[in-house]
Parts: sequence; structure tokens; C-alpha cells
Amino acid sequence: MEERIRSVLVAFARLPIEVDKLGRDDDLYRAGMTSHASVNVMLGLEDAFDIEFPDEYLRKGTFESISTIMAVLGQLEVEVPAHG
Amino acid sequence: MVEVAIHGRHDAGVPDHLKLATDIGSEVAGPAAAEVDEQSRFPVEAIDAMRSAGLLGALIPTEMGGLGWTLGQVAEATTTLARYCSSAAMVQAMHQIQVACLVRHGDSPELRAFTERVAREGLLLASATTEAGIGGNVRMSSCAVERDLDSFQLRKQAPVISYGEYSDAILATARRTPESPASDQVLVLCRRENVTLKPTSEWDAMGFRGTCSLGFELLAHGDAADILPVAYGDISSQTMLPVSHILWSSLWFGIASEASDRARKFVQAAARRNPDITPPNALRLAELTTVLQEFQDVVFAARARYAAIQDSPDQTTAIGFAIAMNSLKVSASTLVVDVVQRALLICGMAGYANRSPFTLGRLLRDAYGAQLMVNNDRINANNAQLLLVHRKM
Ligand SMILES: Cc1cc2nc3c(=O)[nH]c(=O)nc-3n(C[C@@H](O)[C@H](O)[C@H](O)COP(=O)(O)OP(=O)(O)OC[C@H]3O[C@@H](n4cnc5c(N)ncnc54)[C@H](O)[C@@H]3O)c2cc1C
Repeated sequence: MEERIRSVLVAFARLPIEVDKLGRDDDLYRAGMTSHASVNVMLGLEDAFDIEFPDEYLRKGTFESISTIMAVLGQLEVEVPAHG
Repeated sequence: MVEVAIHGRHDAGVPDHLKLATDIGSEVAGPAAAEVDEQSRFPVEAIDAMRSAGLLGALIPTEMGGLGWTLGQVAEATTTLARYCSSAAMVQAMHQIQVACLVRHGDSPELRAFTERVAREGLLLASATTEAGIGGNVRMSSCAVERDLDSFQLRKQAPVISYGEYSDAILATARRTPESPASDQVLVLCRRENVTLKPTSEWDAMGFRGTCSLGFELLAHGDAADILPVAYGDISSQTMLPVSHILWSSLWFGIASEASDRARKFVQAAARRNPDITPPNALRLAELTTVLQEFQDVVFAARARYAAIQDSPDQTTAIGFAIAMNSLKVSASTLVVDVVQRALLICGMAGYANRSPFTLGRLLRDAYGAQLMVNNDRINANNAQLLLVHRKM
């Protein structure tokens, strides 16, 4: 799951640093993700995991770090293919 | 209970905060409004009256020396003040926005002590969020805070700092460090004694002429404790953006209400001269009133929406709430022009004339500022992006 999240971040978060260098708990907004880019990340995640974030998750905190995203995807019981 | 510093009319049933705003408006701000506008000068007498009545500390809790008003009460006072002098009301509103940020996010002994001084001494706070080269995108900074152990330095090219020269402190946005990306911002309290302002432009504008919104190069230094401890992104979504849009829309509603009153009096005077026939512009007044009521409902609903969730960061940082507050700003800033223009059509030449009891020139000029204070195109573009993921209104 983390690999996929990272590839969505590479594609859409538009960070001035390399996503590989980000720790799981690093603050993405502090790393330079704008609110505009965060919407693109949400769309990218919805496409990558074939889900729709329910309303209550559409807030800043959900997309603050790789681990907060993983926690929410976990709660949405996202199925990760074996080699995903 | 609020002490009315100006000899108060004790009208039964009028809440204290409205009585205070009406007194300052009718006795101080209103009489000076035409001159403030003509000379594009700071509404010094109105702000002094607000200071001595404690209004500049209205949002600060009573245990910290303030009046402990709710945002709703401040919003209502802003509507009332705007009827008399939109510039004085705007200075007051912009100040209260900064106070709201300090009250909610200035959670350190040093910042608490400063907030208490705002209440006790009636310090006036200004804002430098926009930056040269960045335009109205207030969620990006190019300037950065430079820290040296316990102190900081900041240099910012600010295209507009309303009443900067008259303020006791300026809250400025900047990147957290010189290495930080443009969106990683902090809010810095720049105290007057630590600030040098070099004017870079004049203020001779179409409206809100009394706000003295010159451009400046801001040079500030100070104690690192004057950097607010929370990310500006959080301050913005939880407090600065909703409070700005709520107070501004309340202010614009005051401008619209005043224009509507002038139109109503104009139609009623015509009706008294000729009671047999309903004046033809009474129909236009009916149409205006429909728009004004729509305006009022938008403004009141937004206040209630925020009041219900203001202490819940989960809810104030939700995308749906951001969309609602953005929409409030866009509606209110367009409705104010619509209402004043309708009033102008009703009053005709009496409204077009600069010296007439029905004059609408200043109100219309001020009303046009609303769409530019954070350009509506930018706000709509922001909402367009947020709506790509939003589910239900
Ligand atoms: C009375 C008044 C008082 C003010 N007081 C202060 C103050 O105290 N402190 C402060 O910091 N600022 C203040 N401001 C300024 C702030 O509100 C302005 O929004 C800011 O300076 C932007 O100015 P601008 O119109 O030149 O730029 P822009 O916002 O860049 O707009 C210029 C044009 O560019 C277009 N545009 C540019 N980018 C985009 C985009 N991404 N999407 C859509 N359209 C875009 C807009 O449609 C518009 O036509 C004040 C403004 C007014 C009117």
C-alpha cells in the first residue's frame, strides 16, 4: 500500500523534495504540498485504490502524512493486490 | 455588560453591542465619513472611540480583559458601523480578524500577554498577508523568517497593508525558514517597536479610502516567541479565512442595508407627496428588498454554520466548510454591488448627486472593493478545485 501511495505522491503532490526521502510520518504540507496539490493527491488515490473518500475524511488531517493516508485507507478496507 | 463610553441612549430592548456600535456610528464615525472619504484619511476619531469603548478588545475573553463578545456580536456591530462609515468599519473588521487569530492560536505566555495588552490598551492590529509577486494567493509566501537562536528577522514586500502606519502591530505571513517551500508558512506578530515601514505606493483609490491601504516594505525583527506556534495553513482554514469572510460579508451587508434605507426613504417621500398612487419605483424597492433579504440570509447562515463548529478543527478544516466560506465571500461581494445599484436606480439623480440625503456614490465605490479583496476569480478557482472531490453540500 505504501508503495502505491508514494507513487501517487510522486505524480501529484508536486513536492520540491524527492518522495523517497520522506518518512512515513513527515508532514506533507510542511514538505510543500499546497491545498491545490492535495486535491490532486486525493483524486490520484481514489483512482489508484478504486475508492471514493467519504465526506468525513475530506479534511486536511487525512492527507497530512503517508501514515495518516495509510490509516484512512485501512479503515476504508482497501484491498491491496498481492503485488500492488 | 458593556459600558457605553459615549453618552448612551438607553433604548429598551437594544442589545448592548448594537447600542455601542450605533452610538459610535451615529455620533463619531458617520459625521466624519464624508471627510474621511474625500481626504482619503484614517478615521482616527472613530477608531479612538472604539478604543475607549473597549471595542478593539471585543473578541478577547473577559478574563483576559476583553469584552468577551461572540463573533456573531462583533459581526452585528460591524454591520451597524458600516452603515455610517464603511472605512472605519473595515479597519475595525480587519483588526478583529487578527485578534481572532491571536485568541485562538496565540497559545503561549508571550502571545497571551500581548493579547491582554490588546484588550487593556486597545492596540490596533493590521495584516500583511499578500505579497508582491505572489498576487492575491495568500497561501504562498516568498519572504521567509530568518531565525537566530531566540530572535527572528523578516523582510516583506507588501503591496497593501491597510492602516499600516496607524497600527500597533502587524501580523505577517512568511515561509517558516529560508529553506521552506512557499506553502509552508507561519504567521508572525511584528510589534510596532520592532517594525520599520517604508511606503512603496500611495493610497488614492476608488473606495474604502479611509483604510489608507498603502504598499510597504516591511522590516521586522523580534523575539522568536512572536512567531505563532501553529502552521499558518491551520490558522487560515480554522480562523482567518472564515472570520474574514464572515466579518467582511457582515460589513458589506451594512453597506447594502444603508443603501436600501436611502431608497426606501426616497420612495416613501414620493408616496407621501401623492398618496393616491403607488410610486412606480416602489416595485423596484420590492425587488431590492428580495435581494437584500437573500443577502441577509446568506450572511446569517454562514455565522451560524461557523458558530456551530468553530471549536472543532476536524470540521473547520473540512473541504465542505472551505467551499461554504468561499461561496459566502463570492455571493456577499456581488450582492452588495447589486443592492447598491438597485438603490441608485430607485433614487435616480438624488442618489447620483454627491450632496444629497440620498447620495449613493461613496457606498457604490466602497461596494466595488468587495470583489477584489481576495479576488473572486481566485476564490472561484479554488472552489473549482475543491469541488473535484467534494461530495454533498
Ligand atoms: C480595501 C482593501 C484593503 C486591503 N487590505 C489588505 C491588507 O490589509 N493586507 C493585505 O495583505 N492585503 C490587503 N488587500 C489586498 C488583497 O485583498 C488583494 O487581494 C491582493 O493585494 C491582490 O491584489 P490584485 O488584485 O492586484 O492581484 P490578484 O489577486 O493577483 O488579481 C489580479 C487579477 O489576476 C487574476 N488572477 C490571478 N491569478 C489568478 C488565479 N490563480 N485564478 C484566478 N484569477 C487569477 C484575477 O482574476 C484578477 O483579475 C486589500 C485590498 C483592498 C481592496
